[in-house]
Amino acid sequence: MAPNPIDVSKIADLARLELTEEEAQEFTPQLESILGYIEKLDELDVENIEPTSHATLVFDTIREDMARPGLDRDAFLQNAPDQLNGQLRVPKVIEEA
Amino acid sequence: MSLSTLSIATLRKQLCAGEITPSDILEDLISSIEKTNPEVGSYLSWDVEAARQAAKQADISLPLGGIPIAIKDNINVLGEPCTCASKFLENAYTAPYDASVITKLKEAGAIPFGRANMDEFAMGSTTDNSALQQTNNPHDLTRVVGGSSGGSAAAVASHTAIAALGSDTGGSIRQPASHCGVVGLKPSYGRISRYGLVAFASSLDQIGPLTKTVEDAALLLNAMCGHDPADSTSLNEPVPDFTKALHRGVKGLKIGLPKEYFVDGIDPRIREAVLATAKKLEDAGAELVDISLPHTDYVVATYYILAPAEASSNLSRYDGIRYGNRTKNPDKLIDVYRKSRAEGFGPEVKRRIILGTYVLSSGYSDKYYLKAQKARTLIREDFISAFKEVDVILSPTTPTAAPLHGAHSDDPLQEYMADLFTIAANLAGICGISVPAGTIKEGDSKLPMGVQLLGPHLGEEQLLQVAAAVEQQ
Repeated sequence: MAPNPIDVSKIADLARLELTEEEAQEFTPQLESILGYIEKLDELDVENIEPTSHATLVFDTIREDMARPGLDRDAFLQNAPDQLNGQLRVPKVIEEA
Repeated sequence: MSLSTLSIATLRKQLCAGEITPSDILEDLISSIEKTNPEVGSYLSWDVEAARQAAKQADISLPLGGIPIAIKDNINVLGEPCTCASKFLENAYTAPYDASVITKLKEAGAIPFGRANMDEFAMGSTTDNSALQQTNNPHDLTRVVGGSSGGSAAAVASHTAIAALGSDTGGSIRQPASHCGVVGLKPSYGRISRYGLVAFASSLDQIGPLTKTVEDAALLLNAMCGHDPADSTSLNEPVPDFTKALHRGVKGLKIGLPKEYFVDGIDPRIREAVLATAKKLEDAGAELVDISLPHTDYVVATYYILAPAEASSNLSRYDGIRYGNRTKNPDKLIDVYRKSRAEGFGPEVKRRIILGTYVLSSGYSDKYYLKAQKARTLIREDFISAFKEVDVILSPTTPTAAPLHGAHSDDPLQEYMADLFTIAANLAGICGISVPAGTIKEGDSKLPMGVQLLGPHLGEEQLLQVAAAVEQQ
């Protein structure tokens, strides 16, 4: 038994990912088995260890604040799923009263 | 002999001597792809006309002038598809720019040619997670090629590419190289710009070469390394001529054998091959040193927290708004996200997004994510201590030769364990290479196997120096 049964549907909702009932049923035991395995890290005493977020200790790299060309509009819009008047079009966001 | 079977170095000599032209190489490759790709399936697509144009204009005075290079389908090449082997991007995305590494290859005269298959979004170690096509091992078509850069490795092994680019997040260059019998090098974190590589786990990803020879890997590194202002993690370090390291021999070098990498569960024939390699290095003047990497047992668990966590964040950009799949007739805006992603992603990608979201979710991020970041520190320190004692570490690349298709299809955890020997290099940010070390017999097939060498951060020269000696054996 996994110590932390995972509510796959709730997590999928947080990830903005719709799952079918079958997928939720298939993923639940697989993910519980993986989570059970990674509990292994509980054996380690990491109380006073600094976390590593990157392998190279390079921080706060900033470039010069200069204007430079970006991607042009046509190049960008060639991949747009839907567009109108040189802009991306998305479904209506504001619900009618 | 067909030009497709030759190395970059050999072809460059023939080009410079005026014996062949870039178009000769390209046409030879095109006919080998047409002949071999239907059964091996290395390539998802290849743009013959664009490459013919580039071959005609190639400047052979440049270091890689006239050499076609296959590109993993997660690296942007202007005007070409970049599907990441996902239905989300298939027929729905054309790269609007060149990745920095492609700009550098083009500046060196190379011709990016062909889009190599991969596990979807680089998640997997078989290439069977490609949503678009199956790739079969050229040495035994019933077996996998390894992954995630499986198309790149198979293309080089089946002589449908002179050399290829892959990306390595937990072994995705070295492991398929081992399974296909080619050289695969993961550079140190920060060596090569990641700008234009589709991000999987940004603190672990590196682009690297898959080649027929160690010398070719050095030639590609020469062209690809260096600082890039477009990637804040690329390092401003001098780039040596890596080919100079190849003929230095191994006399006086200390080679570490980590006891944790020679445990039960490894195919005994692979263990023997690694030990035989060690013996030959010793005969050539190297000193063998038994070392310990005490936190090896925690490597897979650490990786399968950090990599999915970073992936779940990176893959949030696939929302169906700007590019890629958008669901038809959504009721609400939120359905555009939920359904576009559901339709576009395959099962392994969905599993890892859910796993990553879970380990980052409120109440669990300290228990999982922060703890894994701390374990990563311990793993990194293991290597820092080891490289105080030795110059290069020698190990198997994989515990077994290439498995049959579908061997672990319903047990993801089993498949994850196959990455045991390659993952630590990504967590520690160090460099690594897999070099072919013979074959093992399974039934009627002779399957290739590789040995892995690991070097310290920015230690590519010594890594290549030892790799060249292993290759000569």
